[in-house]
Amino acid sequence: MADHAHHAEIDKVTGTSTTGHEWDGIKELNTPLPRWWIWTFYACIVWSLGYFLVYPAWPLVNGYTTGFFNYSSRAELAVDLAKLDVVRGDKMAALAAAPLGDIEKNPALLALARAKGKVVFGDNCAACHGSGGAGAKGYPNLNDDDWLWGGTLEQIEKTILYGARSGHDDAHLGNMPSFGKDGLLTKDQIITVANYVRSLSGLSTRPGTDLAAGKQIFAENCSSCHGDEAKGNTELGAPNLTDRIWLYGSDEATLIDTLTNGRGGVMPAWNERLDPATIKAMAVYVHSLGGGK
Amino acid sequence: MNKPLRDTDLVPDDDGGPLYAAGRKIYPQRVSGSFRRIKWILMAVCLGIYYFLPFVRWNRGLGAPDQAVLIDLANNRFYFFFIELWPQEIYYFTGLLIVAAITLFLMNALGGRVWCGYLCPQTVWTDLFFAVERLIEGDRRERMRKAAEGWSLQRGAELVLKHSIWLMIAWWTGGAWVLYFADAPTLIKELVTFQAPMVAYIWIGILTFTTYTLAGFMREQVCVYMCPWPRIQAALTDEWALNVTYKYDRGETRTSLKKAAQARALGEQVGDCVDCNQCVAVCPTGIDIRNGPQLDCIQCGLCIDACDNVMTKIGRPTRLIGYDNDINIHRRMEGKPEVFKPLRARTVVYSALIAGIGAIMLYALLNRSLLDLNVLHDRNPVAVRLSDGSIRNGYTIRFLNKRGFDRVVAVDVDGPPNAVIHVVGADSITPDRPMIILARDATTELRVLVDSRPYSEDELAPSTPVKFHVTDIGLGEVASAKDVFVKP
Ligand code: SF4
Ligand code: SF4
Repeated sequence: MADHAHHAEIDKVTGTSTTGHEWDGIKELNTPLPRWWIWTFYACIVWSLGYFLVYPAWPLVNGYTTGFFNYSSRAELAVDLAKLDVVRGDKMAALAAAPLGDIEKNPALLALARAKGKVVFGDNCAACHGSGGAGAKGYPNLNDDDWLWGGTLEQIEKTILYGARSGHDDAHLGNMPSFGKDGLLTKDQIITVANYVRSLSGLSTRPGTDLAAGKQIFAENCSSCHGDEAKGNTELGAPNLTDRIWLYGSDEATLIDTLTNGRGGVMPAWNERLDPATIKAMAVYVHSLGGGK
Repeated sequence: MNKPLRDTDLVPDDDGGPLYAAGRKIYPQRVSGSFRRIKWILMAVCLGIYYFLPFVRWNRGLGAPDQAVLIDLANNRFYFFFIELWPQEIYYFTGLLIVAAITLFLMNALGGRVWCGYLCPQTVWTDLFFAVERLIEGDRRERMRKAAEGWSLQRGAELVLKHSIWLMIAWWTGGAWVLYFADAPTLIKELVTFQAPMVAYIWIGILTFTTYTLAGFMREQVCVYMCPWPRIQAALTDEWALNVTYKYDRGETRTSLKKAAQARALGEQVGDCVDCNQCVAVCPTGIDIRNGPQLDCIQCGLCIDACDNVMTKIGRPTRLIGYDNDINIHRRMEGKPEVFKPLRARTVVYSALIAGIGAIMLYALLNRSLLDLNVLHDRNPVAVRLSDGSIRNGYTIRFLNKRGFDRVVAVDVDGPPNAVIHVVGADSITPDRPMIILARDATTELRVLVDSRPYSEDELAPSTPVKFHVTDIGLGEVASAKDVFVKP
């Protein structure tokens, strides 16, 4: 049992003093810390007080002490970001000056545009088009080779600058009319033309559909936008109806819905939110996703 | 602690026990002998390498640094003579650290803490600082006397001189350190004209401070209190390891020279130790090795030299203190011959491990590819259907050209049926075979698209292996990497 009498004594074998603690006959030797160690420890405590004073630290009832020197990591970040802009200034200037078509031929500019474009895309475009530009129903996939408003670098840049049906004066215009709602076509005509359109890309049609009648309806109502061959028109944002890519879906019900209620998705104009060099970078990025023409 | 603490050493706290102990100043005496000589030689070699290695040049061709040993942090390269390592190859350092650790274990199994006594930077620099101290203030007795005497003009001058030299050595130590991180001659020019980067000055400052403090003031305290190795070593050693040992079978009982002579004349048994305390006086950690093996002993062998000198003088055989172990002490006491077993299970295993890992590293180093590629499959979308029904997969490929010149490579793909490869921004010479230029000693990251036109939906499995090849058009070097091609 512990002997609670604390009597330090000198241990005979080692000559070292004991702490006076004893357990079952085993006495604890006192091996004191070196003095410098203790002083280093005290110095660390004193040093830590500096942090309390200099940094925003002590919680108050509704706030905290802001510390001396108005130190704030936020302000530090702002300074660092400003420095970064200066560092990157030359490169961004080179990007701004380069003709759009030359960027992909210059490995350094291409790498810069892709890196910059990727970040800006993630911040601004990913909400609709997905983080990798994969798109969703109603939001085009930017990785494929099908383009409503054209897939050349210039066309992509223009679409980003002014958007589609965004209200900007230079925005892409063109709507899919609501043939059903507006009474332009009857329900039966819509079903017929929907099946005809499906047949254009080799999809199955409802048994008994009069495809010749469908072709007739198409020629009278749809070909003005989608073209006689139904290959679409990038001036009007009219999609190619003969390929394998569908923005809203290719099943009969979706096509009937499209014909009945019309379509007209909106893409915002980015020219007011982003500077020209950034939009250039983004155009190159989107073009390099793979589908660019 | 080494020497038993006396009550007067201790500052009592309320409990009657001491809370802390004041450091004991140690005045190691000059000694000469074979171990001292080994230590001088090793010191010269180690410090020579450390201080002058940055100035060794190595021709790597135009545009590449010509410093033999260079840690180029800005460009993420490490140069060591003919070896150039990239950050991806950091595993060579892991291998080196493992080899170093096992070498330490091996040294320990053979000769105890030989590392501590002869090669540890703390020992080497402390030894150098001791030498300076002795040169200026004199040997042990003189220093002790001067310390006791107190201040005088000459004493002040001596101290100023000593600390200035110490600081110069420390400063040179920090200076040499930063030279490993930049072209040495250029950096020196920049340093003297105050054009060098701030971090160079900061590092010189840090190393000057640590060298001055650790070698000038902390000394044995580092070995006893700060260094983990004595603790680990205690767990790794075995009874066969040769440690600096006082052979008490020969030394005890201690008597004065005169009494020993008298006793021997009478045919009595006495020990060889004449209790002259020379072994204690020379010890840099201030311990008495005759108390047995102890944590504070750095195995420097100086007490061996000291005692050998004494033994020679009194005409007794040397090596009363020597590299020995307890097994042999007991064997001698039992009248058996001494045995030394350098070949033991642990030394064999350690040596085999060192050789094995070293061989693997050497093999890897000699066979490492100087052209390489890493492939990252697009995740969103993983696959795209094109308007004509083809399927496209996108990849980001990082090409590594570790050679010191630009080269043109072709990129090919094997895998899905009718695969066509595009590299965004590539210069194609032949259709379907994109060519790219890889800048020298750099990585190039490009976007690569692979299209497959299946004859029917079923012809393409949900996931097909693909293999990318890069071929150096000039050298014919090929590297490849695998990934998969998936259906939407
Ligand atoms: S006891 Fe001997 S070997 Fe150990 S540190 Fe002291 S002088 Fe060196
Ligand atoms: S130097 Fe040798 S003889 Fe002198 S005290 Fe040490 S062990 Fe004994």
